[in-house]
Amino acid sequence: MCLGIPGEIVALETDDLAWVEISGVRRQVSLACLLDEQTRAEDLLGQWVLVHVGFAMSLIDRDEAQRTLALLQEMQQMEQESENAAG
Amino acid sequence: MQLVDEFRDPALAQALLSRIDQLMTQTPLAEREVVRVMEVCGGHTHTIFRYGLDQLLPQGLELVHGPGCPVCVLPRACIDTAIAMAQQSDVILASFGDALRVPGSHKSLLQARAEGVDVRTVYSPLDALELARKHPEKEVVFLAIGFETTIPATAMTLIQAEQEGVDNFSMLARHISIIPTLQALLDDPELAVDAFIGPGHVSMVIGTAPYQFVSQRYQRPLVVSGFEPLDLLQSIHMVLEQLATGQPKVENQYARVVSEAGNAQACVAIHALFEPAQSSEWRGLGAIEGSGLQFRTAFSHFDAEQRFAAVLQSEPAATPEYACCGEVLRGSLKPRACPLFGRECTPEHPVGALMVSSEGACAACYQYRGDETP
Repeated sequence: MCLGIPGEIVALETDDLAWVEISGVRRQVSLACLLDEQTRAEDLLGQWVLVHVGFAMSLIDRDEAQRTLALLQEMQQMEQESENAAG
Repeated sequence: MQLVDEFRDPALAQALLSRIDQLMTQTPLAEREVVRVMEVCGGHTHTIFRYGLDQLLPQGLELVHGPGCPVCVLPRACIDTAIAMAQQSDVILASFGDALRVPGSHKSLLQARAEGVDVRTVYSPLDALELARKHPEKEVVFLAIGFETTIPATAMTLIQAEQEGVDNFSMLARHISIIPTLQALLDDPELAVDAFIGPGHVSMVIGTAPYQFVSQRYQRPLVVSGFEPLDLLQSIHMVLEQLATGQPKVENQYARVVSEAGNAQACVAIHALFEPAQSSEWRGLGAIEGSGLQFRTAFSHFDAEQRFAAVLQSEPAATPEYACCGEVLRGSLKPRACPLFGRECTPEHPVGALMVSSEGACAACYQYRGDETP
C-alpha cells in the first residue's frame, strides 16, 4: 500500500504534471507535493523522485544513496579482512 | 532498476548478516533468550517474506510483523458502507485494487461488482477525479484508505476538485495516522517488542521527529528504514547496536528519501483538509484514540458519508472476527498459528483482512512459504 517506486522526471506536461520514467516506462505524475514558492516544476527536471499513487512524494538524494552503499562496502571489506586474519 | 538493484547485493547482505550475528553473540544481547524487533510497515513485511530475511537471521532474533497495512485494518463496516453507496444507480465507486478485495460483512466490493454495481479499480485518486470529469451525469465516490504516505494524494486531489469545481466527486475517507497507532501499541501491556523498524514512506511525509517519544518515553530504539533487503538488514543491525549499548534513539537508515522534517507541502495539504477524529475503530486493533481523520467543516461537502447520509443505515456493530487477525497484528501470534490459515482463509478466499493485501503478514507468509507446516 505504501509502495513507492523511484523514477526520473524526464519531461513536463503542465506546471504541476510531469512525465516520470520508471524502468523504461513513462507515466504522468503530479508534482503538487514537491512545489512551493521556491520550487517550480522546471527546477525538478532531471531529478529522481519517489512515486506513490500518481504523486511524486520525495526527491531522492543520490549522494545519500551512495554514502549508504559506501558504508556497507566498507563494512564488507572489514569483515573480509577479519576473516582472512582469522583464517 | 536504478536506486533499487544496488540495495539487493548478496555480498553486502552477507557482511551485514555476519555483523548481526556478532551483535547477537558477542555483546550483552547474548544473554537474552530472545530479541524481538517489530517492522511496523506492511511493505517491510513483504520484503522480509519475499527475500526470506527472517530465515537468515541468527537464533534468538525474531521479527514481529506490525499493523502497518491499511488494507488489513479496514473494518468490515466500512466495506458495507462503500457497497451501500455503490448500489445507488448513479454512483461509480472507485478505489485501489487491494481495497476492493477486502471482505465486508457479506461480500467484498469486487463481489458486488460481479453482481452488477459500478466499481472501478484506480491507480491514483487523480484517476477517480478524472472519472468524475468524464461522467458528469454520475456521482463518483473514491474509497480513500492509507497511512500518511497516501493521505497527501487524497488531499491534493480534493484541493484540485475544489479549484475546478467538480461537484459530482466525493470521498469515503478511512485514513489512519501512524503515531496514535504506535502509541496504542506501546501502551498495550501485552506488547513484547524490544525495538522498532519505522515505516520509510510514511516518514518521507511526516519526517523522523514525531517518533522521538518512542525512544524517550518508552525506551525503545526506532530506525526508519528503506524497503530493499540491504535497507532492512542495515536497520536491524542499527537497532541491535542500540539495544546492545542500551541507548535507545531514533535513527534514519533511509536518508536518501527521508528527512528529519518530512515533506512540508504534503503535511500542509493534509492539515488543510483533515483533522483527527476522536476515536476510530480498526479491524484487529479495536478503537484507537485520535488515529482516524475526518473532513474539516470547510471541506465536508466532499464527505461521501454526508452526501449519502439518507441511504446509509447507521454502521452496524462490529461483526465477530473468526480469524485471529488481531493477535497477528499485535505480534502475539504467528500467521500460521491461526486455525484458519491456509484452510478456510487463503489469498483467493480471504476470511481475515491480513490475507487480502500482499503486505498483510498472512498473505505474504502464504505467498512465499506456502502452507507448509511451521
